[in-house]
Amino acid sequence: MTEPRPVILLIEDEEPMRRFLRASLGTHGYQLYESETARDGLAQAAARNPDLILLDLGLPDLDGLAVTEQLRGWAKMPIIVLSARGQEDDKVRALDAGADDYLTKPFGVGELLARIRVALRHVAATASGETTFSVDNLKVDLGRRQVFRNGDEVHLTPIEYKLLATLIKHAGKVVTHRQLLREVWGPNSSDQTQYLRVYMGQLRHKLEQNPSRPVYLTTEPGVGYRLRA
Amino acid sequence: MPNDRPNPDELLQRVVEDERRAQRGKLTIFFGAAPGVGKTYAMLEVARSELEREKRDVVVGIVETHGRYDTGAMLLGMELLPKRALHYKGVSLEEFDLDGALARRPQLILVDELAHTNAEGSRHPKRWQDVEELLDAGIDVFSTMNVQHVESLNDVVAKITSIVVRETVPDSVLERAHELKLVDLPPDDLLERLREGKVYVPAQAQRAIENFFRKGNLIALRELALRRTAEHVDAQMREFRRAQGIEQTWAAADKLVVLVSPSPYSQSLVRAARRIAGALHARWFAVYVTPRAGLGRSGPDEARLSKNLRLAEQLGAEVVTLSGDQPADEILRFARENSVTKLIVGKPVVRSVWDRLRSSLVDQLVRKGGDIDVFVTAGDRGPDEAAPPLRSSQPLELPSYAAAVAASAVATGVAYWIFGTDQLPDVVMTYLLGIMLVSSRYGFGPSILAALSSVAAFDFFFVPPFLTFDVSDFKHTVTFVVMFLVAIVISALTQRVRSQAEAARHREARTRALYELSRGLAGAQGLTSVVEVAAGQLEKVFESQVSVFAPGTSGPLSAVYTSASLGELAERDTSVAQWVWSNRHEAGLGTATLPGSRGLYLPLSASGGIVGVLGLFPADPSRFGLVEKRRQVDAFAAQMALAMERAMLAEETSRARREVETEQLRSSLLSSVSHDLRTPLAVITGAASTIVDGKALDDATRQDLMKTIIDEAERLNRLIRNLLDMTRLESGAIHVKKEWLPVEEVVGAALNRLDARLAGREIRIELPPDLPLVPIDPILVELVLINLLENAAKYSDGAIEIRSAVLPGELILEVSDHGPGIPLGEEARIFEKFHRSVHDGTPGGVGLGLAICRAIVAAHGGRIWAQNRAEGGALFQIALPIRGEPPKLELSESAERSVEAQP
Repeated sequence: MTEPRPVILLIEDEEPMRRFLRASLGTHGYQLYESETARDGLAQAAARNPDLILLDLGLPDLDGLAVTEQLRGWAKMPIIVLSARGQEDDKVRALDAGADDYLTKPFGVGELLARIRVALRHVAATASGETTFSVDNLKVDLGRRQVFRNGDEVHLTPIEYKLLATLIKHAGKVVTHRQLLREVWGPNSSDQTQYLRVYMGQLRHKLEQNPSRPVYLTTEPGVGYRLRA
Repeated sequence: MPNDRPNPDELLQRVVEDERRAQRGKLTIFFGAAPGVGKTYAMLEVARSELEREKRDVVVGIVETHGRYDTGAMLLGMELLPKRALHYKGVSLEEFDLDGALARRPQLILVDELAHTNAEGSRHPKRWQDVEELLDAGIDVFSTMNVQHVESLNDVVAKITSIVVRETVPDSVLERAHELKLVDLPPDDLLERLREGKVYVPAQAQRAIENFFRKGNLIALRELALRRTAEHVDAQMREFRRAQGIEQTWAAADKLVVLVSPSPYSQSLVRAARRIAGALHARWFAVYVTPRAGLGRSGPDEARLSKNLRLAEQLGAEVVTLSGDQPADEILRFARENSVTKLIVGKPVVRSVWDRLRSSLVDQLVRKGGDIDVFVTAGDRGPDEAAPPLRSSQPLELPSYAAAVAASAVATGVAYWIFGTDQLPDVVMTYLLGIMLVSSRYGFGPSILAALSSVAAFDFFFVPPFLTFDVSDFKHTVTFVVMFLVAIVISALTQRVRSQAEAARHREARTRALYELSRGLAGAQGLTSVVEVAAGQLEKVFESQVSVFAPGTSGPLSAVYTSASLGELAERDTSVAQWVWSNRHEAGLGTATLPGSRGLYLPLSASGGIVGVLGLFPADPSRFGLVEKRRQVDAFAAQMALAMERAMLAEETSRARREVETEQLRSSLLSSVSHDLRTPLAVITGAASTIVDGKALDDATRQDLMKTIIDEAERLNRLIRNLLDMTRLESGAIHVKKEWLPVEEVVGAALNRLDARLAGREIRIELPPDLPLVPIDPILVELVLINLLENAAKYSDGAIEIRSAVLPGELILEVSDHGPGIPLGEEARIFEKFHRSVHDGTPGGVGLGLAICRAIVAAHGGRIWAQNRAEGGALFQIALPIRGEPPKLELSESAERSVEAQP
């Protein structure tokens, strides 16, 4: 029995954009539904219960933030936000409102597919409750709270570990500054990004081969950080 | 020959006058000897014929029918302007609606009773001023007035009728009238009409006949009216002949000077001068000589003086203020310089023996005057003025008088102790020293007291018989007199020195104030700072609050400066300023227009016209009548206006230059867009159409074409990104949001973004491990690094280096390559927008990348520069300021443990 094709709902008002996504997603084994407006998108999301939603931030009838908030009112499926550059604040707001990831236009199809894969796998991973994480030469045993680089154990301070664990929880997805601060330092520290930056720097020095050119822990300027998955 | 043609100056003056007259409305005054002669009726009659026969647009502004039936009948069928309702102290009044008239703009308007005084709260205190404004607006006016209202005849009429008329009209208004129509009625007929009740109701009429309307009065008034009209006709005749070049003008004829003083008698002197000048058709000056010191005048004196000078000005005199200690010399010098032929002086009032002994001003003028005629007119007291007190009563300064007595007591003690009673000359010297000290510190009064008490003490203690005021020897009496006289001379001399010193100080203060103003203005850049500097000085020097109005870029006048303590400007204030702006004439406190305002408003006029309006709100309004102060304010205003004009011109120039630059920028943008954007588009279109069309393509070619499309699309994306960034930076849409963060993170993010472009390139990063947090905008600085790295990748092949260091107060970032470097001499120009190196063969840029870098660095308050390295390759360096302390980070173990303790 073949696996059911994942269902993706695309909410995007630009026809050429929809055409391009229709062609590329269709050939990669996804079932695609399209909406031109936010209202229709919300209706379809309720009706079809898609596995993932691609949401354009610049819709004519309702802004993306409002759509994200409404969706998050009842739904848990991943939301990937599509936006133009220069809308960093909008992106951050949408992410903080519950969107899972974002893509900046223009983007290549490879990038898009990678994000979709991460988002869908994440749903699966959360469900299966994995206890180890590994990428390239980096291994983390979440059960024992042990971190290995090239097979050698790396000692992390509790905060460093907590930061890494949080990123692993969202591996492959962008995590906003505010989200990280809330999860690592508690709900009252969401403005003090300098803590986050300093610990992220320390973490990079311990885990990256070249901390000025990180491979695992990358910066998403103006938004947050992403752990390679 | 000399009189064949009018001289050029005359001609020019006439052209200017003609022009003004052509724009100005014409004033026709229906002139009568007394109320009831039928002026209003005559005016309406003429107006009706203008309306009906000439088909002119005639409006009745205001007409008083006084309940006369036939006058009322004349109004039928004419357009009446609604009156303006005014509420003053609970009383409802109706006044002529000036603004309504200006808005209605008829060709001809009827405004009865030219001498009428407007109700308080109107724009002008007098109706003739309303009429002036109508004329200025180019509207013809018909009006009426009686001879007793003519300013220069005011006192004559008062003498004839024993009734003082307070409502007067300046002679200049009459002189400028286009026509003076005499409405004449013989006295007998007028009295007949009066008795028939055609003028007043019978009860009033009887009282009127007994007082004002006595036949003798009427005859005299009629004569005055006839004479005045004849003068007007005469003047018109002269005007006509002058226009035809028939007669030599009065420019070569008489010129008069009348001496004005603060005395109330000066009023009638000024009126007399006006009558003489009028009869001689002479130009005349009202001259006031202020003592050098500029002191010693009391408040009431000042007020009377400015009132007298204002009267002279209204009567058509040119007001001149001279200053000097020798009034006679100053006056005569002025008179000679202006070829004045006649001097009019008031008869000196002799009040004391001293006045008798002194050679009076009149004596000096007569003696030194040479060929100038000196007229001495009786000091006739003004009709409504009380005589001034004999001496302006200054408060008795008790301490200084006490000091005077004390000085002679001390002198007595000292002299007695040192010299005893034998060396009388030395004793006298000691007393004189005391007197001198007193007079050098205090006024004339204390000096005299010191002299008197010294003489008395000398007599009492030193002259035998001792301890009595008796004098045994006559020669001692002589000593007393000599001692007293010497004391007086000494104190007079000391007084003069003192007052001169005072005057010098005064002058110096004034000069310094002006100097400070001009120095401040010289350093001020831009209109705002010019206004601020000038306003600040005005506030300080005149103890006033200041507001300055200037036209905004969009037109209407608005306050560009308001003293902090002045608070919000009311609607009234702005409307006065607006009036001053449109009429180019002062208004407000102490002037003829809107004197009820809380401030004085002056037009700021420079060479190119009016540039703004200055509003002064003195802390003590009574001080602004001061002639001296006003002159100083005018001097300040003139300086300020010039500086404002200069600043406005400079701003205009720079705006023009900016426009040119914008124009150049637009054209280079267009060429960039047309070239740099079209090239990738052309490639994309070509490649894509080949794929769509070409069936015979092999897989490798197809793949290649598609790769080209992606590459070109990315290039297009970069170009558009740069254009958008530049636009946003320039429009100010991007704000620098500084955060304290490690440099490493920004470098990492930039390299991350360029991963694909830098693939295979060696990147050397040298960041010291102990770099502190720096306050920068991560997104913008990342953009700078991306641009610099892209450039390095584009222009070189070898390794690219990134270095950073923290100096005191500054973060240094460097990006360098091993390419050909920057073309010589272009190190600075490469940061300009759309600049592309002459031998820039590399495709892909619009020449915006470095301009964006410069804009971002500048927004951070930092610097960016480029140079070629000795070992080859270009080096770009950025210095960003580090201000303030990085936030404290609690990285201690305890903080960590507390986190760990959490489940």
